Amino acid sequence: MAEPILEIRDLQKSFGALKATDGVSLTLMPGEIHALIGPNGAGKSTLIHQISGTFRPDSGTIRFLGQDISGLDMAARARLGLGRSFQISSLAQEFSALRNVMLAVQAQQGSSFRFFRPVMSDRSLTGPAMAMLERVGLAARAHLPAAELSHGERRQLEIAIALALGSKAFLFDEPMAGMGPEGSKALTRFLDGLRKQAPILLVEHDMDAVFALADRISVLVYGRVIATGSVDEIRNDPEVRRAYLGEAA
Amino acid sequence: MTKAPFMTRETVVNTILALLLLGFPLAAQTMGEPFYITLATRIAILALAAVGLNIALGLGGLVSFGHAAFFGIGGYAAGILATHAFDGVPLLAGIPGTASMLVIWLVALIVCGLVALPIGAISLRTTGVYFIMITLAFAQMIYYFAVSWPAYGGEDGLSIYVRNEFPGVNTAQPLPYFLICYALLMAALGLFWLLRGSRFGAALQAARQNATRLAAVGIAPFNIRLVAFIISAMVTGVAGALFADLNKFVSPSMLSWHMSGELIVLIILGGKGRLFGPVAGAMLYVLIEYALGGITERWQFFLGLILLGVVLFARGGLLGLLAGKARHG
Amino acid sequence: MSIALLIEQLLNGLQLGVMLFLMAAGLTLIFGVMGLINLAHGSLYMVGAFACAAVAAATGSFWIGLVASLVAAAAAGAIVEVTVIRRLYDRDHLDQVLATFALILIFSEGTRWLFGSFPLYLDIPPLLQGAVPLPGGGQYQLYRLAIIGVGIVVAVGLYLLISRTRLGMRIRAGESDREMIAALGVDIRTLYTVVFALGAALAGLAGAMVGALQSVQVGMGEPALILAFVVIVIGGIGSIKGALLGAILVGVVDTMGRFLLPKALALMIPAAQAGPIGAALASMLIYIVMALILAFRPSGLFAAQS
Repeated sequence: MAEPILEIRDLQKSFGALKATDGVSLTLMPGEIHALIGPNGAGKSTLIHQISGTFRPDSGTIRFLGQDISGLDMAARARLGLGRSFQISSLAQEFSALRNVMLAVQAQQGSSFRFFRPVMSDRSLTGPAMAMLERVGLAARAHLPAAELSHGERRQLEIAIALALGSKAFLFDEPMAGMGPEGSKALTRFLDGLRKQAPILLVEHDMDAVFALADRISVLVYGRVIATGSVDEIRNDPEVRRAYLGEAA
Repeated sequence: MTKAPFMTRETVVNTILALLLLGFPLAAQTMGEPFYITLATRIAILALAAVGLNIALGLGGLVSFGHAAFFGIGGYAAGILATHAFDGVPLLAGIPGTASMLVIWLVALIVCGLVALPIGAISLRTTGVYFIMITLAFAQMIYYFAVSWPAYGGEDGLSIYVRNEFPGVNTAQPLPYFLICYALLMAALGLFWLLRGSRFGAALQAARQNATRLAAVGIAPFNIRLVAFIISAMVTGVAGALFADLNKFVSPSMLSWHMSGELIVLIILGGKGRLFGPVAGAMLYVLIEYALGGITERWQFFLGLILLGVVLFARGGLLGLLAGKARHG
Repeated sequence: MSIALLIEQLLNGLQLGVMLFLMAAGLTLIFGVMGLINLAHGSLYMVGAFACAAVAAATGSFWIGLVASLVAAAAAGAIVEVTVIRRLYDRDHLDQVLATFALILIFSEGTRWLFGSFPLYLDIPPLLQGAVPLPGGGQYQLYRLAIIGVGIVVAVGLYLLISRTRLGMRIRAGESDREMIAALGVDIRTLYTVVFALGAALAGLAGAMVGALQSVQVGMGEPALILAFVVIVIGGIGSIKGALLGAILVGVVDTMGRFLLPKALALMIPAAQAGPIGAALASMLIYIVMALILAFRPSGLFAAQS
């Protein structure tokens, strides 16, 4: 069996009396889309934040490409190849879409301590950045400030940024949120192809997308993983139906 | 890629401002009004100090309320080195003083960079209001040190008896000295322009707009901000050295919190983050000071009212009015 | 160095701390509830001092002056809040810094206009003029002890106000969730004005009490303001408890540093050098303490919000 790209073991995180993450373990295997579902407040975003390094877990380990990254900050994890999109899109609002992606290209190429050469005429930045925008279908909007993009376009831009980083695993936090049905379908097709490039840990409320994409699904309730399995296993798991679908109904 | 027009409106405004600042003292020279040359020199030096602050504040969004520390340190570098050269007493360990501006600027650059490193490293662990207050507090620490350290005049300050020297230029004359200051201002504006367009500038501006985004692409905002803070302090320090030479005097007032506030005011009056914002701001500020000061002793009262009006109603400053909204590529 | 002298200096430190607490409590409350950084807080301190000195001179009574200082500072605070500050809550900190910096210019020059450039003097009221014997010999000014007492009363009063009253409940709610209390039907505009005026009154009270120890002059507020900033940075912005402990820490460290550092240095180097070097180091001491605390706890000792 192949080594997991990302391996989370017994993660714990409390906010005061609230146990937001209660002993979560899960793995992300090469080439798979692993969906993380659960009712609101189950701790999905908290988990993503701990994996990406926004905040530290109280205990437990996170291994990425065989290396323990629990002690690294967000920037260091990103440099190792952990790309993420945010639940609430997080962009440099005044910069154009192109410049947002260029920032990722620049980071991927190495040092940002270059003080003189203008970036806008630097083909080694604009070229790859434009290519990424084309891949997500945003090329026509490249020169608009991020603040002027639609909600769905910002999601696409976040994904273009993660692509530009050459990430070895993606963490996508509700990439479909706020997208129309057409946008969701297009994004679903896109993510389907993306898994060949790098595995995806996908937090998503859009169940059509989850069932269409996921190789495995983990169900998170009250900070615990109550089940992990294939789409069919999860659909038929009585505990999931009770805890998750029961609540959602 | 869309091609920008040959000259944007902002470029036109900037060019006019640069020519105005150069032409004014030249005209004053031909009319035999050296006072106005000194006024223009003051504008150029304050603008230079504010260009320095604009790197941290305008590009990086770091509201340093303590840049007077670097302005004053630059001033004391000039004052202390000149005094030792004048008295012929070595500084320490046998190192002599100097009256050479080039050496003084180099010392101002180095010392400001060395002081900015720990101040920045501690202050940048925080953000927002904490950062504002901590930079203010550190500047105040240096201020009180200068006040209570008697060796270089303490509270009374330190006089520079003869303006320091620059090879091939008679610095004692107002116009040549203005031209030195003007040239340094233009060089600093060039540096600002290069920085803003560079990879470093992209990261720095992204750190202002969204530090989380910057970290998520793998660039640590702290390192970028710290380097920007240090560069910013060094530019402001050179301005301080020039200011001391202009007045032939340096005192703790150059280090005061009021001075820090003034530098921020210059940037906001002119237009935050704009290339020529500090120049427009310094021109406006010195002119207000001169015009109001001629009418009433209480000109700061009216300066306060004007400033309040700008903050509340005219966001974007003078360049915002003249050249429209700031553009980002 | 006698024990009495040491106790006297400790009490002086405590008195400075109490004065800083009155300043810092208002600043931290205003930041905690409204998210506003107010540089003009020092001007309100000055307004209190001038009101007290002017009214005391006119009526011959320090006590009427003290009441006047509270009223004048609270009124100035309320007027400024309604005309200017209110427009700044939604702005970034840079705009707040600039607008309140402009207010300092207006207050300072306005005060010079009204009272001239010469300092006013304020006498300690006859009731508090005596001294109190200290253990180990020596005497301590009754007035300074009274300031410490006022500080304790204000600290307890603020604690009760915030933990036990409806206004306090609203203040606490305002700190955690502005939209929520607006939704609950609390008139948030009035609440903000009241909080601002309360903070102003505390600053005015501090100014009036200190006015009898120093001269009353334009610019007296800024050193107090900057020390108060150090206090709330150390204590944690938004925390009254942090403001109290931070103020006492700063007051005592500053006073004892100025007292002890030159003496300690004199044991190591010649006295002629020890004096000025010690004084210079002592003037930097609290900032070094602040830096050390921040190096380990970037959001202060008792940060209200994380």
